[in-house]
Amino acid sequence: MLTLETVFGQRIGGVFRGWTDKIHEINKKYEKPRITMSSGVKIALMFLRIYLILLVVLLGYKFWTMMK
Amino acid sequence: MDFGSTFFYKYRRFIKTLKIYLLLAGPGIIVMLADNDAGGITTYAVTGSKYGYGLIWFLLLLLPVAYVVQEMTVRLGAVTKRGHAEAIFDAFGSFWGWFSFIDLALVNWLTLVTEFIGMTAALAIFHVPPVVTVVIVAIVMMLMVLQGKYWTWEKIAILFAALNIIYIPAAFMVHPSVGEVLSVGLVPHFPGGFNGTLFFFLMANIGTTIAPWMIFFQQSAVVDKGMKEKDIPWGQMDTLIGSAFTVLVAIFIVVVTGTVLYGVEVESAAQAASMMMTTSPWLGTCVAIGLFNAGFLGAICISLASSWAFGEVFGWAHSLNLKVREAPWFYVCYLLALITAGGVVLIPNAPLVLITLFVQVIAVTLLPAALVFLILLLNNEEIMGKYRNTTLQNFAGIIIVVAIIVLSTAYALTTLFPEWLG
Repeated sequence: MLTLETVFGQRIGGVFRGWTDKIHEINKKYEKPRITMSSGVKIALMFLRIYLILLVVLLGYKFWTMMK
Repeated sequence: MDFGSTFFYKYRRFIKTLKIYLLLAGPGIIVMLADNDAGGITTYAVTGSKYGYGLIWFLLLLLPVAYVVQEMTVRLGAVTKRGHAEAIFDAFGSFWGWFSFIDLALVNWLTLVTEFIGMTAALAIFHVPPVVTVVIVAIVMMLMVLQGKYWTWEKIAILFAALNIIYIPAAFMVHPSVGEVLSVGLVPHFPGGFNGTLFFFLMANIGTTIAPWMIFFQQSAVVDKGMKEKDIPWGQMDTLIGSAFTVLVAIFIVVVTGTVLYGVEVESAAQAASMMMTTSPWLGTCVAIGLFNAGFLGAICISLASSWAFGEVFGWAHSLNLKVREAPWFYVCYLLALITAGGVVLIPNAPLVLITLFVQVIAVTLLPAALVFLILLLNNEEIMGKYRNTTLQNFAGIIIVVAIIVLSTAYALTTLFPEWLG
């Protein structure tokens, strides 16, 4: 089975394993948002997602035009 | 009571109030004066040389903006006893938590690089090699945090913050016409008409006044200082005084370059200092020292904001009140940020201009998110209880946040696509 330890070796793989475990632990700890998802909050977060996607697309476009 | 007794009573009360304030002052003043960092000084210096005193009125408008945003972090920190990164993870879940955290870590590191650019450029005027600047700054910054007490760190930081007002005597040295400063500076107008260049300058000034790291820094500092709900009014006063100082310093920088270098093409504060050196060595020295100090103050706050955020998210001990063996990862993060950011400046032909451009754009992506989260958190009764935003605070907060989102987006677009505005 392909594990982090077989790919990176015992020592470095162990460090990576520690980090991924920690990230999983954090994701689990904050799995459920504490804030009540009222319609106002949902609209604000949806707006934020759209805004960020738009910005990433523009950054990508800029990068593409710079590379051309 | 006779006049003497009344005077003595009022004097005693004033001294007592001042003592309490001096005990609780710190996060607000430090974050606000650190806001005038190397990038900020450059922005104000270039604004003065380009538009003279013409945009002073605009800087005054930024005082309430800075206060309203930063005041919210005081309440949030004092009530939740959590830093901003942890508060976002807890309230909005891991997706938004990671987004804010990674964005903050990236933008902070890039901003730290720009602080080192400013510091090395400032000391290069005195023929100090960049490598010496970077090494000495890194050592001093490590010594500041290794003494093991938040209180001591804060007081040292306030001393450096006080140096920021060096621009006030500098402005008197250039003998500006006070009448002209008041008549041109205080009347709202757009010098030369509203165009793409002016818009860029207005946005740059907003961008240096409200920065994402400031929100994270002040909230974490309030928590590390151990401020409680009852200390909120003092924190608010601290933030108000800090806001007034940051705008005052900005205005005096504009007055200096607006008087001496008006109409001269200036690209950075270091260049402005070099130019002044040739005509007035004292003035040039003041501006160069101010630039170095601004970079240094910005660097100590930004690297701490990152270390606090790492500690909050990964659950490591994260306080300046802890020794290295008690919070090793906190200090490792701090040191790594310093070494890597300082190291970049020393790389020959490093793309420093590109890095500065990136800082502006990436900061814009975090700023609207950080402000939206701030408003949502401050409106949550479960989290804030009786300290949640009032209708008036929400009115001011939402207007500012919407305006900043619209304007900062436009700023990002003009930075990325300058040809769009002509």
